[in-house]
Amino acid sequence: MGASERYAQEENRGARAAGSNRTWVKIRQNYELYLFLLPAVAIYLVFKYYPMYGVQIAFKDFRASKGIWGSEWVGFEHFIRFFEAYNFWPIMENTILLSVYSLVFSFPIPIIVALMLNQMMAKRYKKFVQTVIYAPHFISTVVLVGMLGVFLSPNSGIVNHIITFFGGEPVLFMADEGWFRPLYILSGIWQETGFATIIYLAALAGVNPELHEAAVMDGASKWKRIRHVDIPGILPTIIILLVLAMGNVMSVGFEKAYLMQSDLNYAVSNIIPTYVYELGIQKAQYSFSAAIGLFNAVINVVLLVTVNKVAKKLTETSLW
Amino acid sequence: MNTLLSRKTKGDILFDVLNYSSLTIGMLLILYPLYFVLIASFSDPNLIYSGAVWLFPKGFTLDGYERIFADRQIWIGYGNSLLYAIVGTAISVTVTLMAAYPLARKDLAGRNAVMWFFVFTMFFSGGLIPTYLLVKDLNMINTIWALVVPGAGSVFNIIIVRTFFQSTIPDEMREAAFIDGCSNTRFFLMMVLPLSKPIIAVMVLYHAVGFWNGFFDAMIYLNEESKYPLQLVLRNILVQNQVNSSMMIDVESYAAKLRVTELIKYGVIIIASLPLLILYPFLQRYFVKGVMIGSIKG
Repeated sequence: MGASERYAQEENRGARAAGSNRTWVKIRQNYELYLFLLPAVAIYLVFKYYPMYGVQIAFKDFRASKGIWGSEWVGFEHFIRFFEAYNFWPIMENTILLSVYSLVFSFPIPIIVALMLNQMMAKRYKKFVQTVIYAPHFISTVVLVGMLGVFLSPNSGIVNHIITFFGGEPVLFMADEGWFRPLYILSGIWQETGFATIIYLAALAGVNPELHEAAVMDGASKWKRIRHVDIPGILPTIIILLVLAMGNVMSVGFEKAYLMQSDLNYAVSNIIPTYVYELGIQKAQYSFSAAIGLFNAVINVVLLVTVNKVAKKLTETSLW
Repeated sequence: MNTLLSRKTKGDILFDVLNYSSLTIGMLLILYPLYFVLIASFSDPNLIYSGAVWLFPKGFTLDGYERIFADRQIWIGYGNSLLYAIVGTAISVTVTLMAAYPLARKDLAGRNAVMWFFVFTMFFSGGLIPTYLLVKDLNMINTIWALVVPGAGSVFNIIIVRTFFQSTIPDEMREAAFIDGCSNTRFFLMMVLPLSKPIIAVMVLYHAVGFWNGFFDAMIYLNEESKYPLQLVLRNILVQNQVNSSMMIDVESYAAKLRVTELIKYGVIIIASLPLLILYPFLQRYFVKGVMIGSIKG
């Protein structure tokens, strides 16, 4: 315990005895700290909390001329309209499938790659491999989707050149809705696998080397050491990240899906965030799209809270 | 002990061979698309089209780059992106550092309440539409402020910086400084910030890359082409296939236009990623550091 903590505790005890006067003294002493907080607090009040007040338009018939407060209440009308819409289930399905498939396919790969990298004894080569595989993380989504476009182009793309070289027929990847999810997931794996290994490599570096030494003494092979030393060693990290990822299942990123979206794959690429954008920003149906957004936000909160409870039980560590 | 760990059975040798070869193949699969974009940007578009380019540039040409350099919109975008990245990063990093320091102080009355005030927004938000309407009401549409102010000081970054302050600035140091009559502000500016260069570097890079690569805010809040950042200009070229006609004046046939368009696409990918590619070796170290600090808590 640091001196200041002891000091603070004593002060707390004192404060309780002397009423709240002491707290005021402390606040006055540290008034500058509150001024430091001011810009962030102001930004949050305006741009985070005020929109929470504004989200009531989901229950109203919002008219810009009447303002948020002056517009008429309509209750759950917009929500019901969305639930009963012909595209409600397709949108839900698209959102959940895209997210769940991404999770299932992308989650294990960085773990495997990290375990493999951890076994590399040639330090320089390992560093080189890491440098290369982290690189795609820094590419923008626009460039990534642009690369998909040029690589997968039916006439000039290199992928179709390879396919035809081996005697196949060119595939219209970007125009085929069946390819939307695989491309979304594969490009995600290409871009993020390397960077996602960092956190597992950090966890692996924390595995006690004596365990490895003891295992070698007992004649354990590298494979066995991975299974019985490394994997148990990073299991808590794996669980936390898995739980976190599960809590975020309903918050799929907007950017890539939107950029990959076209009339040809709309049936599978129309997910909640792109739909909210389309209705709200492009078609100015503010109340209806705010309702869809709010519906999504509520699911997110429920998921996160549930998942955090599970994490607490499993690992005794939680996010808060 | 290293010799002990390097003792190998036959199975281990096989393991190593498989391990090194599969990692090498994986690395090449990740590298190749980037490499291909680079060589294609210097190649004759007709040869790209026929599939002759795959390992080295063929029919070396700077035609694509010449067309790109002649296009004003791309350079306007470049300048805008630079401006947004610099201003946005400056605002965001300042706000983050200033908010993180008090929260790292155990003697701050109401610290938990303030922390909750920030953290709550991670779980619930009003969403896109109410935020958009607010920005519109504030007359920030079509200004740089719509891009750089609303997102300044994210909770996640505040937590990372706070963790850094807590683990690197000893309480004893502050107590000693205060006994000497140092104020909070002076202490923050003269002691805390100089000791926090690594985390400041991480924050600057996080934000600069984020602003450079982002397009969503610009897409919804900006409506004049002269204000578009590079990513929006790129989107028109790469995703929507809208190459500025001024780049194509001398190209006659439709087929040739298609091919030149492809060449321009490869070129703009390189040009857009160039700043990051140059910074990347430095970036990498700091980003890795950021992930590590972030993983301790949060």
